[in-house]
Amino acid sequence: MVKIAVIDYGLGNLRSIKRGLEEVKSEVFVTHKKEDITGADAIVLPGVGAFEEAAENIRPISKVILGQIQEGKALLGICLGLQLLFTISTEGGVHKGLNVLKGKVVKLPLNVKIPQIGWNTLKIVKPDSPLFKGISDGSYVYFVHSFYPEVENKDEIISKTYYGTEFPSAVSKDRTFATQFHPEKSGETGLQMLKNFVEYVKS
Amino acid sequence: MLAKRIIPCLDMMNGRVVKGIGFKELRDAGDPVELASHYYEQGADEIVFLDITASHEKRDILIDVVEKTSDSIFIPFTVGGGIRSTKDIRKILCSGADKVAVNTAAVKDPSLIERSARIFGSQCITSSIDVKRVYVSDESETPEKVVLGTPQGRCCWTVYIYGGRKRVEMDAVKWAEKVVELGAGEIVVSSLDFDGTKQGYDIIFLRELSKRVSVPIISSSGAGTPEHILEALTVGKADAALAASIFHYGTYTVKEIKEYLAKHGVPVRL
Repeated sequence: MVKIAVIDYGLGNLRSIKRGLEEVKSEVFVTHKKEDITGADAIVLPGVGAFEEAAENIRPISKVILGQIQEGKALLGICLGLQLLFTISTEGGVHKGLNVLKGKVVKLPLNVKIPQIGWNTLKIVKPDSPLFKGISDGSYVYFVHSFYPEVENKDEIISKTYYGTEFPSAVSKDRTFATQFHPEKSGETGLQMLKNFVEYVKS
Repeated sequence: MLAKRIIPCLDMMNGRVVKGIGFKELRDAGDPVELASHYYEQGADEIVFLDITASHEKRDILIDVVEKTSDSIFIPFTVGGGIRSTKDIRKILCSGADKVAVNTAAVKDPSLIERSARIFGSQCITSSIDVKRVYVSDESETPEKVVLGTPQGRCCWTVYIYGGRKRVEMDAVKWAEKVVELGAGEIVVSSLDFDGTKQGYDIIFLRELSKRVSVPIISSSGAGTPEHILEALTVGKADAALAASIFHYGTYTVKEIKEYLAKHGVPVRL
């Protein structure tokens, strides 16, 4: 079975993502320890909450995570986990992220209710992405967020969603994938994506 | 685009789902985990558990149900009923719930919302507000209250706590604005005038709230037909609808409600 390290940096409903990954047949370790992260087959970076605190909390293991990504380990970022992968965020001031993906995290526009809470559709830009195997264009997934990434390299955008503006809802670069929505809360569609990630890690 | 959400609500007592017969008798309606799974499979967008167990000593049963439910369904679920402190909230969120709904405790100590939003994030904190109309004849007597015209007369809305049993002299519209300022991520509105009547939701109140607050609003209590839900989500401008009786009694399935809404142009997840 594929071994997945779900990073525990003090923020997020880790039980849900652990359960979702177990449902698609992987062995899950919720951890912040270096040896668990380097020993796993893949990493999941979850997160719900504020960017500043997340960036602060993840600092002690950021070098380990970046090293693992450089060595080609697959990683899936979810929600705040996606935002952390970017260069900077403007939430509560300007704060640095891990800079794995170039771009700035900004607030959703003021013409809509914030946060976006609920099910919205995916406009799949890269249907060949391993994350979207078996997922139809227009599928509903669950969002709960106030910020989104402005991606510099448009080629890294694999799906877009409309809420006040059209924003990147999933991105991918090399073996790193990230979703602004919560696959572990997106019913069967989300479980399929988690399954796709696990299959990708195996291959 | 963002869909409107349909959310079955399960009232729980001592670890079992109960449904009311007339306003008094409560009958066992099954195992909460099984029912939650059933609604999940039917296409519910979220689930709400409302714990109406009188005694707080039985809370471990609730925690056990929360854990088992979070292991069985892959959609968000909210737990409310008797939540009094950040300690209660932490326990429930750590057991697998995604959000908590606070009502009475927040009215008694509004800082609970502010502290919880700060610790757990606004997206985890739903403010549940029970409201009742107070018809006014002389508006000069109620200068600080929000008074609106309704088909039944001009009225303001006051807040109730303790499961609708105790009246608080507090303007409900202003309280809703306050909870959002304090950090609530969503508001669930229950109208005591309409609850259990199957006459629909309090559309006038919902619409006014929607104009004034910038967080999603969930309408609760009163639905008897798909038309009521349609009205709440369109005229009432609610973002989601909570319903109990029409689902528990098998009057309509989640799918039937959603198909009806889709036919009338409401964006829903099918």
